[in-house]
Amino acid sequence: MKKIILGTLLALAPLCADTIVIQNATVMTEGPKGIFKGSVVVKDGKISEIGEKVMVPQGATIIEAGGKFLIPGIIDCHSHIAGSGGINEGSVSVSSMVNIKDIINSDDIAIYRALAGGVTTANILHGSANSIGGQTLPLKMRWGKSAQELIFVGAMPGIKFALGENPKRSGNPQGGRGAGATTPTARYPATRMGVEDVIREAFNDAKGYKADWDAYDAEVAKGMHPIPPRVDLKLQALKEVLENKRYVHVHCYRADEILMMIRAADDNGFKVRTFQHVLEGYKVAKEIAAHGAGASTFSDWWAYKIEAIDAIPFNAALMTKKGVVVSLNSDDAELMRHLNTEAGKAMKYGGMTETEALAMVTINPAKQLGIDKTVGSIEEGKDADLVLYDGFPMSDFAKVEKVWIDGTQYFDREKEIAAQATKEAEKKKLLDKEKAAQQKTQPTRRPNQ
Amino acid sequence: MAIRNAKIVTVSGPVIAKGTVIVRKGLIEAVGENVTIPADAIIVDGEGMTVYPGLIDALSTVGIPGAAPAAAAGGGGGGRGGRNAAAPAQTAAPAAAAAAPATRSWGPEDRPQTTSWLVAADELQAGDRRVETVRGSGITTAVTFPTRGIFAGQGSIIDLVSGEKAAEMVLVPEAGQYISLGGGGRGGGGGGGGGFPSSLMGTISYIRQLYLDADHYKLVKDAYAKDPRGMQRPEYDRALEGLLASKRILIPANQLLEIDRMLRFGAELKQPMILYGAREAYRPEAIELLKKANTTVLLSLRWPTAPARAAASADGEDTNESLRTLIERDQAPTAPAALQKAGIKFALYSDGQDTPRDFQRAVKKAIDNGLSRDEALRALTLSPAQIYGIADRVGSIEKGKIANLVVTKGEIFDDRTTVVMVFVDGKKYNPGETAAPGGRGGAAATDDPGPGGKR
Repeated sequence: MKKIILGTLLALAPLCADTIVIQNATVMTEGPKGIFKGSVVVKDGKISEIGEKVMVPQGATIIEAGGKFLIPGIIDCHSHIAGSGGINEGSVSVSSMVNIKDIINSDDIAIYRALAGGVTTANILHGSANSIGGQTLPLKMRWGKSAQELIFVGAMPGIKFALGENPKRSGNPQGGRGAGATTPTARYPATRMGVEDVIREAFNDAKGYKADWDAYDAEVAKGMHPIPPRVDLKLQALKEVLENKRYVHVHCYRADEILMMIRAADDNGFKVRTFQHVLEGYKVAKEIAAHGAGASTFSDWWAYKIEAIDAIPFNAALMTKKGVVVSLNSDDAELMRHLNTEAGKAMKYGGMTETEALAMVTINPAKQLGIDKTVGSIEEGKDADLVLYDGFPMSDFAKVEKVWIDGTQYFDREKEIAAQATKEAEKKKLLDKEKAAQQKTQPTRRPNQ
Repeated sequence: MAIRNAKIVTVSGPVIAKGTVIVRKGLIEAVGENVTIPADAIIVDGEGMTVYPGLIDALSTVGIPGAAPAAAAGGGGGGRGGRNAAAPAQTAAPAAAAAAPATRSWGPEDRPQTTSWLVAADELQAGDRRVETVRGSGITTAVTFPTRGIFAGQGSIIDLVSGEKAAEMVLVPEAGQYISLGGGGRGGGGGGGGGFPSSLMGTISYIRQLYLDADHYKLVKDAYAKDPRGMQRPEYDRALEGLLASKRILIPANQLLEIDRMLRFGAELKQPMILYGAREAYRPEAIELLKKANTTVLLSLRWPTAPARAAASADGEDTNESLRTLIERDQAPTAPAALQKAGIKFALYSDGQDTPRDFQRAVKKAIDNGLSRDEALRALTLSPAQIYGIADRVGSIEKGKIANLVVTKGEIFDDRTTVVMVFVDGKKYNPGETAAPGGRGGAAATDDPGPGGKR
């Protein structure tokens, strides 16, 4: 799908320093300290001190920001990058047995590009082909590290649900992706009520499964040695939802299906953690807030299908005013690279302050993913996930200069540009070598060799 | 029968500059410098020739006509064999995808793309013409696998004799379960009729579920065997039976990322595991992982090659290949040397390169890239024998072992070397004489490959 152009592997080796001081920066903390001009001290991967004046530890690496803008690393609450072999297990209506964790692709160049757009954490979601999709998790964009090293340690894993056209179209013999399918192989459901049924049915099964395991656990606790029930990976993930050990992220558009989902969740005793896309969220913002769910939406991306038609650019602002924690996401490797300007649009549509707007790609998605204790703002004790912009970060003209994750620098614009010539030269050298080898072998391939 | 006055490379012991090998009833009766030749022996004069142990192809599909040549399908990387096959593309649909499911699978319970109960020995056909082609390279023994589906079935170790009965070929019927990950070749789309699994993560979760099921199945079966009274009988499940019968699994992994992924996954499955493919084993990080996990590796001899269009174009404008791809192509043949240096147990396998010419070139490329000739030979004889636990009968020239021998003029794997005779189970084959065209590789198994070797 993506053409990797060059430098997949040879991007700069991350620079690691124990102590860094970024000084003379305009710091947009998204935390209690608001916006200030001063320094941020990073020690052992954490932010150890912030302020107008700080103690510069001995031996610290000094980064002179020259008044440029430092913000917390951007967090994308809805991304599909960094996966191998497809992110949709769309063959079945409930694919909760699959796990993005198994297919993390640390070689995906989209990670590096996201990094160059200031993104330090992304929630990697299963696709939306089925009512209940696969297991998901947030990753840090530690480009160059191995797949397991990208995992956001300590973050609650998630699961993707999807409502509306995507999950029902696979089962609809009249159209969509199911068009080529003969009726016997068409997948249930084909309607919105079918989607609801699949979700409710799955939780009925999950409750039965949970009851079996609870009974088994109780017997074991009594010192008995019963044969354990069969482990069913599909129901295991839903059991974890019922036990509040897994967040539910629901792909949705229309107000009616959002309400349906809230009822289905309430009836089954679990919470929706976030509604994703949620373009009609402004119509039911009160209900979303009452359920305690977050909303992760687009700034102004819609009308790509009928259910995504009744959308307004004020959605994010209106939901925020009703008390919903709102984030702006990308759902796309390209859009992911400029979430800063996505946030900026909320200043125009809805009159948000710059702090409120930036929150929608930093601290708010952190809250939605339950990782706001460690990331999402520049506060002492938090992970040193920082982005240095050369100008006001929500401007179209702002460029990311440096990005740190856990105090390690993973992106440096100047060095990246400087290294490109070397990479080109290396590429040429390899191509020339290959050509020389080809020319050498060809004439010898004669019949009477 | 006796081969005398030949140089003998025993692999397990020192090279005998001039000696004799005595073969009787398919076994090596004696080997050495001063061996008395029995009066009744047919004498083959080995003057100017070298005797090697018969080569072992550690992962093959020979003997099972209709099977696609085995390919390292580490999330792709398959492609059909044959000498003109393109380089393994990362996204190529593996052989397994060709086997369309008869009925749509609705989940793990339908046991999709699973024939774990198959044993290659039961599928063998004595008349497979590939046997002869492959033997022309000096390969006398192959570990041949069914390769369709996710759980394809168990491979068998066979001797490449041409006989009436396939059963004569079998050395060890059950050599391990062949697993491939390429079944979900539909790009994980909307699920319009594809069936489960349709993605890599689906395939992985299916394999995980099946091993969980196998554990549970065994538990319940054992309990039932102990005391069936008052207990519902466990339902017979041949897919799980096949898993339980397999004493090792073969899992594909080519890129570093896949090697890392599959080492972790394999550890989770708690099965003795062999990694196959291993194209990026040249990378130091991969070597480190393999070493740490104490893994056994089957390394494909199908080196990545440049796409045809790159060769056709005169200037460098043609390629939008990544630097990474170029590095991989340049470095891949150094992988065997890297494995050797790190002391990782490995064997080489032909990966569908059936003709002597292709096979010889592929091995030579590894030698040209730092693998010692001795180690190359070992990786195609004693090492695979040890990996599959059959070093007590094949893999070297020792008294009492099966008389699988290759007799050459010149050093083995050199491009001007001729394979003069091949002995399998003590039966003598002359590659040049008996060659018949039309083997799977599409070319005769001759000493001199002659024309038509153009890629």
